[in-house]
Amino acid sequence: MNNIEKRQEYRALFKQNVQKRLIVDKIVRIIIISCVIAAIIPLGSILLEVFKNGIAAISMEFITQVPGSVGSGTGGVGPAIQGTLIVVGLASLMGVPIGVLSGIFLSEFGDNRLARSVRFFNDVFMEFPSIVLGIFAFLVIVLVLGHFSVWAGAFALALIMFPIIARTTEESLKMVPVTYREAGMALGLRKWVVTMRIVIAAAKEGMVTGIMLSVARIGGETAPLIMTILGSSLFFANMNTPMDALPLRIWRLSMLPYESAQLQGWGAALVLIFIILGINLGLRTLVLHKKETMEILKTLKEKIGGRK
Amino acid sequence: MNYINYIIPLWISDNSYCTLKLLEKILSKKNDRKLDGDKIFKMGATLAGCFVLIVIVLLVFQLITQSYPIWEEEGLSFIIGTDWNAADGRESFGALPYIVGTLVTSALAMAIGVPLSIGIAMFISDAPKKIGAPLGFLVELLAAVPSIIYGLWGLYVFRGFFMNIIEKPLYNTFGDSIWLFSGTPFGLDIFTASIILAIMIIPTVSSVAREVMKAVPQQQKEAAYMLGATKWEMFKLAIFPYSKTGLIGASILGLGRAVGETMAVTMLIGNATGLNAIPESLFDPSQTMSSIIANEFVEASPAGLHLPALIAVALILLGIAMVINIIAHLLVTRMLKVKEGAVNS
Repeated sequence: MNNIEKRQEYRALFKQNVQKRLIVDKIVRIIIISCVIAAIIPLGSILLEVFKNGIAAISMEFITQVPGSVGSGTGGVGPAIQGTLIVVGLASLMGVPIGVLSGIFLSEFGDNRLARSVRFFNDVFMEFPSIVLGIFAFLVIVLVLGHFSVWAGAFALALIMFPIIARTTEESLKMVPVTYREAGMALGLRKWVVTMRIVIAAAKEGMVTGIMLSVARIGGETAPLIMTILGSSLFFANMNTPMDALPLRIWRLSMLPYESAQLQGWGAALVLIFIILGINLGLRTLVLHKKETMEILKTLKEKIGGRK
Repeated sequence: MNYINYIIPLWISDNSYCTLKLLEKILSKKNDRKLDGDKIFKMGATLAGCFVLIVIVLLVFQLITQSYPIWEEEGLSFIIGTDWNAADGRESFGALPYIVGTLVTSALAMAIGVPLSIGIAMFISDAPKKIGAPLGFLVELLAAVPSIIYGLWGLYVFRGFFMNIIEKPLYNTFGDSIWLFSGTPFGLDIFTASIILAIMIIPTVSSVAREVMKAVPQQQKEAAYMLGATKWEMFKLAIFPYSKTGLIGASILGLGRAVGETMAVTMLIGNATGLNAIPESLFDPSQTMSSIIANEFVEASPAGLHLPALIAVALILLGIAMVINIIAHLLVTRMLKVKEGAVNS
């Protein structure tokens, strides 16, 4: 008798306990889902607003012309688009070889103390505030030459770019099976031939992905350009004059109090986001079926991140 | 004839790579006189690898030498001073307000962003692949949006919304009683800037946190489930204790991002200078180290003390960011036990 009563009591307690725990679990689930929604809303809003407001500003004139007089709302962002392309292109010319070679060093010769410290400082350097790199470019190029120059901007961007590429290259090269290298060696090839012809050919996709991601990343950088290429409203003249870039133009426009400037700012933002998200999305759809590349992307996501 | 000593282990060893190394050793004796492509290649790669070390050393050296005049002039009072006056003859600089501004906005951004990111990481690490993968991709997209576009969106869209929906009601109800909500709810203040910063660190923190949570062995989770744990209890019992270090590292990595972030903050923080830049409430405008550099660097003349002062601010910023990032990397790599080292050789 006593036994059965006790059992019922326990059963009731057990039910109560389970119910309580299930409720807590439900609440946590709801909180977590709202976390996800809270992160997705800004993204949706940003894309939507940029597209909605920017599309009104886009025209042939807007993309090709120099900016009109301040506040008039005429003209366009032609020099800024040109400037972004030139600076990013130059930065890639400097950053890609160094980044790739340094990645090769980390992956193929990277089993010593030097390489370990390079790997570590590479990771730390990747997180340096980009504005500090801009100041560095200012100090070693602009101050020395005595004028703002495109080189300085490209140099600053290359500094942001190369650690990312080094890291991507290292990861992609490491994914190439050791047997490939052995096969190359077995054919009597020198190590550098094996690396350049076999390993890199096999890791090409991952490397290109990394390079394009870093290009997308520096395309949106503003801070280091402020003190290096300064911004201007003319088309490219030569390497030793100030030049415009899309992020810089957006910043200058956002400081103006006119409605028309705001509209142009949105237009420039649309062009910029089109270039950057275009690179990002295009890459992903191009390489989505390649499992290896996705693996590399996965390991790199935490490394690359966004802006600083 | 002494090659025999090499060749015998060559037959015994079944590790083909080992034999390769031996062969290489033998053959390289013959090729020593030729111009060695391998050596040049290795040297080039090593040089490129060392580039990052050279740049870091040069960078720190340049920042120190170029900011030397201000250290000479102000000494330690540059760090604890609050006045900021660039006018000729009355030049006086103190970086404390901007250090405080940076730390306050970053801390607020962490307080908002880190729980959100960990929630997202929990969701993605536990969701079925069909939902988790696209969601992870969407969160990554947040990282692809340039800082300047966050700034633009924050300035024209978010600020108005936030001012009317959140700041003004808070001010109206608590403005008189709680100091946190006093001030003028104008939208260009540390609160808005911190929220934008929080959104910007979400992708960093959540993707690292996700990796860290995935590194928890499956047995741990199964054991928790076997004890009858609900999903939340599984996280509490198995995942959080195991990945604590990595999660802290992920958050600190986010902090590093927040500290160095420039453009979006510059556009939203209200850009006060001097004593005004020390925020007294959530609705006070302020200034961070990176935003004062972005705002004043171009106007500063290299002749006076203004430029050295800004470079000194950059030096302090770099120091803080470096310390934060080194700590974060040590924590995260220890957790993930990242397999370091090269493929071979």
